[in-house]
Order: sequence, then C-alpha cells, then structure tokens
Amino acid sequence: MRITVTVDGTRYTDEVEPRTLLVHHLRERLGKVGTVVGCDTSNCGACTVHLDGQSVKACSVLAVQADGSEVTTIEGLARDGELHPVQRAFQDNHALQCGFCTPGMIMQSLDLLSDNPDPDDEAVREGLEGNLCRCTGYQNIVRAVREAAQHMRPGAGPKAEQRGESTAAATATAPSPSTAGGVE
Amino acid sequence: MTTTGVPEQRTIPVGHGSMPRKEDERFVRGHGTYVDDVVLPGMLHGAVLRSPHAHARLVSIDTSAAMAHPKVRAVVTGQTLEGLNLSWMPTLSHDVQAVLATDKVRFQGQEVAFVVAEDRYAARDALELIDVEYEPLPPVVDAHRALDTDAPVIRDDVEGRTDNRVFDWETGDRAATDDVFTRADVVVEQDMLYPRVHPAPLETCGAVADMDAVTGKLTVWTTSQAPHAHRTLYALVAGLPEHKIRVIAPDIGGGFGNKVGIYPGYVCAVVGSILTGKPVKWVEDRSENLMSTSFARDYHMHGEIAASRDGTILGLRVRVLADHGAFNGTAQPSKYPAGFFGVFTGSYDLQAAHCEVTGVYTNKAPGGVAYACSFRITEAVYLVERMVDVLAHDLGLDPARLREHNLLRPSQFPYRSKTGWEYDSGDYPRTLRTALELAHYDDLRAEQHRRRDRGELMGIGVSFFTEAVGAGPRKHMDIAGLGMADGAELRVHPTGKAVLRLSVQTQGQGHETTFAQIVAEELGISPADVDVVHGDTDQTPYGLGTYGSRSTPVSGAATAVVARRVRDKARLVASAMLEVDPGDLEWEKGRFAVRGDPDSARTISEIALAAHSDLDLPEGVEGHLDASCVYNPPNLTYPFGAYVCVVDVDPDTGQVRVRDFVAVDDCGVRINPMIVEGQIHGGLADGVGMALMQVMAFDEDGNHLGGSFMDYLLPTTMECPSWRLGQTVTPSPHHPIGAKGVGESATVGSPAAVVNAVVDALKPYGVRHLDMPLTPAVVWRAMQGRPLRTDLAIT
Repeated sequence: MRITVTVDGTRYTDEVEPRTLLVHHLRERLGKVGTVVGCDTSNCGACTVHLDGQSVKACSVLAVQADGSEVTTIEGLARDGELHPVQRAFQDNHALQCGFCTPGMIMQSLDLLSDNPDPDDEAVREGLEGNLCRCTGYQNIVRAVREAAQHMRPGAGPKAEQRGESTAAATATAPSPSTAGGVE
Repeated sequence: MTTTGVPEQRTIPVGHGSMPRKEDERFVRGHGTYVDDVVLPGMLHGAVLRSPHAHARLVSIDTSAAMAHPKVRAVVTGQTLEGLNLSWMPTLSHDVQAVLATDKVRFQGQEVAFVVAEDRYAARDALELIDVEYEPLPPVVDAHRALDTDAPVIRDDVEGRTDNRVFDWETGDRAATDDVFTRADVVVEQDMLYPRVHPAPLETCGAVADMDAVTGKLTVWTTSQAPHAHRTLYALVAGLPEHKIRVIAPDIGGGFGNKVGIYPGYVCAVVGSILTGKPVKWVEDRSENLMSTSFARDYHMHGEIAASRDGTILGLRVRVLADHGAFNGTAQPSKYPAGFFGVFTGSYDLQAAHCEVTGVYTNKAPGGVAYACSFRITEAVYLVERMVDVLAHDLGLDPARLREHNLLRPSQFPYRSKTGWEYDSGDYPRTLRTALELAHYDDLRAEQHRRRDRGELMGIGVSFFTEAVGAGPRKHMDIAGLGMADGAELRVHPTGKAVLRLSVQTQGQGHETTFAQIVAEELGISPADVDVVHGDTDQTPYGLGTYGSRSTPVSGAATAVVARRVRDKARLVASAMLEVDPGDLEWEKGRFAVRGDPDSARTISEIALAAHSDLDLPEGVEGHLDASCVYNPPNLTYPFGAYVCVVDVDPDTGQVRVRDFVAVDDCGVRINPMIVEGQIHGGLADGVGMALMQVMAFDEDGNHLGGSFMDYLLPTTMECPSWRLGQTVTPSPHHPIGAKGVGESATVGSPAAVVNAVVDALKPYGVRHLDMPLTPAVVWRAMQGRPLRTDLAIT
C-alpha cells in the first residue's frame, strides 16, 4: 500500500506491506532509529511516538494506520539544535543511563504534560506507568518531568512538542543528589 | 542559552564531583547508535527457529520450503554447522553449548535453525516454513530431582556422562564449623530459594556480522559487555586469526550481565555472513531474550546459623543446589564454579564457616551469573541476611540490634574472612547507624507496634551487605583462561586535549563521563577535553570488559595509573622547558611550577605541545605525551551498605507496597556522586522487582512460564518508591584513588531488605520465611498457612 506520513515535519510517501509495524517503518524505511524496540507484547513503551499529537506505542500501530498522519519522534523535538525542555531536564536530572528507554520516556512525558501541565510525583508516576526503565529506578525521571513542567509553564498545551516561550529562561544546574547523612 | 546544540556552560568539576553526563546529549536526541541501528550496504536479516520442547530428540529437519522462499538467502541447521565444525561452542565455564541443535534439544527456546533473508519480516515468515520432527523425552525440571538415579541424562553428548551433576565445590573449614555447631547454644536452619530471574535489559541481544571476503576480515557489531574477550572467543570458535576480527560494541541499551557471554545467535550471524558474503543482522525479540539468554540466580539454599543465647553469631553452614540449566554457561572466573559465593559469611565476625555447592543440569536455558550478581554475591548476601533475620526471629531479638552486635569492627580491617577473602576496609557500625537514623528506625518500630494492635500489617526489613567487586588478581582470576587485568591507554594531543582508550564497556554506567573525570582529576584538564574510547577492539587495549562492578576497581585504577605516568613524563618535559631539575618542580592541579617560584610554571597543555615540538628532551625521554598500563589489581574492593525497607501489606489481598526505602552505601571515594546515586536507584528497583514480582517458573513439561513481559514482570514507576539515599566514605586502601565498585551493590543488598520487611509484617501469622517473589498470591497463601512453591507451576 502507498502511504504518506509526515514525520518530524517531513512528508514521506512509501509503498509498505499492510502488516508493517509503524516502528519498523520509522526505523527501517525512514531511518528514524532514535525510536527503539524493547519488547514484543506492548509493555515497555520504548517505541513511544506521537501520532497526531497523542502518544502511541509504535510497535502496536500499523504503518498504514498512520497514513495521512503526523508523527513526531524524539528526533523531531529539538529546534535549531536546541534541546526541548523535557530533553534538557532529563539530562540535568540524570534521568537516563543506557538511554534506551529515553526516547519513549521523553515522548510519553510530553504527552503527560500536555494532559497535566503541573503534575505531582504521583501523577508523573501514573503517567509513565506504561514505560519501563531498567537503569534509573525511575526517581530521577520523575524529578526531570516535574522540573520540565516548571520550565514549560505556561505553554505545555496539547501541542507540547512546540516549546513554550519560557524555555529560554530554563536555568540548568548541576543536579543536587538526594544524599543525606553520613560523612563526605 | 546557546542555540547551537552545544550544551550551555555549566559548572563542571575538573575531576571528581557531580557533573552532567557526556553521553546524554546524543541519547536524549535519539542519536545513540545501538546494534539494531547499524545498517550496512546489502545487509541481510537473520532469525532463529527455536525448540518448542524442553527435551526432545531431533528426528529430522526439512528446510526445503524455507529455502524456496523468494527472499531467503540461506538456511543454516546444526548439520550445516557440523560441516564447519561450529555446531558446538565453548562456554565461559569450560563446558560446551550447542549453537544449533544436532542430536537433541535440551531446553524450550533452544536454537534449532537460522534463516537469512532480505528483511526481518521475510526471515520470520521463513521460520514458519521449516518442518522439524521431534521425539519428546522426559524433561528434568525440578533441580531437586536432577540427581535422582532415574533422572534422564540431559548431557548425553558428553562421553561417559551418566548423571546430571555439573560440579561439587566447597569452601571453608568443615571440621571447625561442625565443632562450632556442636558447641553452640542455638542452631537455626532455613531452606530458601533464590528463584530463577532474568536481567532483561531493555535492549535485547543482537549482532551485525560482516565478513569481508576480500580482506578476510570479520567485523561484528554486537551487544557485548566484553568485546575483547568476544574477539578471542570468536577466534577460538571460528578458527579465524584474531587480528582479522574486529568486535565493536556500540551504545548498549543496558547489559546487567546479560551481555557477557557469546550466544548462538551471534555465531549464526557470523556464519550467515560467511555463507552469503553479505552483512547479516540478528536481533532477538523479547521472548527469545527471556527464554534463551543468560538467566540469573536459581540457587536452592539450606542455611544453618550457630549462635550463643545472647545472639553472638558463631558459625554458618550452607548447602546449595545450583540449577545451571542444560549447558554450563556461567560467566565467572574459572576457578570459582560457584562464583564468589564464598563471601556468604557477610559482614559478621564468625568463628567458622563452611559451604558446599552442587551444580546440576536441568532442561532449561544456560546462565546463572547475571543481573548484577557480582558472581553470586546476590545469593550469598541474601542467604546470610535472611539467616540473621531468622535467628533474630527465633531468639526474639531486634534484627537491627542483632546485626549491630555482630558486625565486624573497623579495627579488624583488612579482615581475612573464614572462607579466605580479605576485606579491604570498612566501618560497618557507622554505616548501619547512619541508615537507622535516616529511616527513623526506632520510631518505625513504635509505629509498627501501634499498628499491629489495630490489625494492620507493617514490616521493617534491614539488610547489611558486604560486596566483593573488581575481579581480579591475575593469579587467581581468569575467564576462559584470560587473566582479569585490564589495559588503559592515554594520549595527550599537542593541543592539550586527550584521548583515553579503555578495555571496559559501558552499558549506561557513565564511563565516558567518569573516566574522563579520573583523568581530569589527575592531569587538571577539563573532562570535556578527554575523549573516552571503548568498545572497539581495533582501537582499545585488551581487557575483560564490564561486569562484576569491576570497571572502577580495575580500569578506574588503570586510568589513574596511566594519567600519573603521563604526569611523570610531563614533569620531565617541563623540567626541560624550564631548565630546572625535575625534582625542583611541584605539581599543582594542571601545571608544574618551580618550587619557590610559582610564576615559573608550565601548564599540561604547554607541556603537551612542547613534548611534540623540537624541544631538547632529557636522555631516554621520547617525544609525545602518552602512556599505557595493564592494571593487575592486588585484591578486590569490598563496598558495603546498610538498607532499611518499610512495607505495608494488605491483609485482605496480600499485596505488598514498599512505602520507604533507605539505602546507605559506602563505595569509598565517589568519582561522580550523581552517577553513583543513579546506579543505586536502578539497583534498588531491581531488588524490589526480584523480591516482589520476578520469577521464571516452569511447568512439569519444562514449559517456560515467564517468557514475555506479560508474565515476567518488571517494576514500573508505580512499584518503586522514592528512594532515600545516604552515604559514608571508607576508601579502599589499595586502590589508586580509593574508589570501590558500586554498580551492583543495590541489587545485591536490597532483596533481603524487602523480604525481611514482608516477613516481619507477617509475624502475626507466624511466618518465618517466604520465598521470592512475594506476589499477592504468595503472600496471601502464606497467610492461609499454605505456602506456595514459586519456581514450579505445581502447588
């Protein structure tokens, strides 16, 4: 089947098999390898992208279902080379280690922030429940999303990938580890 | 804020201290390069056909329909490999493993055939076209039955083998231990299972093999924690000359011990490339990863602890039945068939200890050493920390106070344990005290008392662990005959920027940042100016890779040593530049200055340029500014920690909620505290996952019941609490910068804390021990007085 999908602002028209998964179309046909695959049962969320502004697990969507749609991947978030506040917050808060869950985690965080621009810890955790991470134990991810929310306010509306004006005011600081007690 | 994609200037320490990671910039943009991102011209895709049976004789394989598929380029079977002498490969434990089955299959999910096709969909299609006839055999599923006289012999490929015994091994002093047990006031015993789990890195295993028929050079991009060891093993397996093999471990999406060994899929990709003359990519899916790659644990343990009535621990006696699966593929130092289980005496001052371990074959996938176990220390720590709690339970003592009473004292270090391990340093009482204060332990006990009166189930679990990481001294430790010393090379360019080449291989632990920080600390140049190269065997010095938390102890030490060698050479160059005696120079971070004349100085950058210039150098000093070293560690490092876990258990459903988790770790000097804490967070999540959710159980036919994320559960954001960390710092005296490993500490130390907490919560039900995972069903059944065996689907 011939499909046209706009990915990260560029229109692509391709012939695909109906059974081709969106994630494979993105990775193998369009070279968008920033989006990765971590499981085969739709549990891990590593392949999360935005399909017409909503997060989806791209391993559970057929490429043909995305015909005529707009897809945003992790590779489409930075503008003019500048990181999106969520990307920046992940970096500042050490919210990634191996980096494999990170693209999906960031895309899901954006979706979460568009639903709830100022989530508390519990809301962040609930919003990211569909995204597995093996490295971080989640805590720094929660911290990063909450910090990103502060940097994005106001402006974390439905089109969350379009960064808010307050971005430039983002103050990046070295993380302050949650160490307590003991002797340095 | 800049707009060029370059991160804005932040405070970056020149040396140790928290700083953002150099790796992150590419990962947050989706610009990492993992194996499945690698695309080569003409690349084909491979897929593995796997056995549906746990134990069956192979009668026939018909590949004709698969071969006829228009997109298929090759179908490889065990028979094809036999012709190449590749149907079996050596494991890391002096056993062999079938690459593709020839005689029979020995576990469900075992590799039977390999298809190479033009795309990954076609390769999968073709798998369906292969017709395999099996003659099922009775499987050995329960490790406790593996040595029964009527148990089927799994490894009939080994001539003369008549049973399923892999090895018998013992350590400690049996007679002295028996004597202590005879004299003791109190002896408590407990059976416990550390169930079979899986490290499940989010990225599965995979490889892209490219055999260049013209140059005869094989390049393998692969998920390898130990690329140099892989290169040597490929040379041994495939008979290729080692200089014609280049192994490249690119970015790896987590390893957790899963990516240490060589898997049949890698070898098949290499064979596929040799047969087709094209690059061949093989990337397994999640189910394949869980069912066929290295599992972890599966230790059936019987512990005994001897004590005096006041709670002084006198001795430990342990028997272990180790389920190794169908092939002994354990990745560990070869003289240690049970890994470092010998540190099971833990953090306590005993009079005697003894343990014996018997390994058995079963019809399951190979593995055992993985998932941040530090070579079986997870099992050792779990054993001793459960036993101490059982003793506290039986004596009616507070488990924290019992530990306090028995911990080794700082004055006892370096301490030689009763099983022969020399602990390097420790101040255990201080660390335990720090954790108990941070957790408000006494308040928690008071709260528990009040809530018990109301019928609520709250539990407090303590564990105190001693790790042993940084394998290791060449004399004692090798893997497949390769000594566990690691190389490092440092070169300072003429303009003062540096490149550090390492043999270890990060899988997310932040080596590109922290190793640059070690160089920065030693040479006084910015970490941003130190490029860390790893993972490419053509570009890096030889060494054994990253696992067992050995990077900091071994390669971290090597890095400090090469940086100091560079500094020594820089002193000679500076003395030539300043025309003074080298002994008259003083090192200030980043420069050499003339003693008593601080204005006469040369920075490391100026020295680097001079070392490449026409400057007359002293006799015997070659130009350039570089050094290399192979670091042979004198001992392991022994980090330690005190953990406190607080749980609430729902009395109606058995659901456990981890309410609080306090972890105080001491890993000596912290190179980058931010990264250390991230490592601990991740390990604590592992611990909660193992304690509450994870098991790979089997039914009586040997069917794997945890073969996907539908059944093999990983903790999500919802199961993990906000971790509360503390620290103490007791440097390793033998390490060049006083740093110990830490990456696996939290995985090692936390499961016992969680289980201790849940058992503590269930005290009103008379529960003394429960095997992991403490799922609602397991807990609920225990509350009904009907415990559930967690490793078998037999109730």
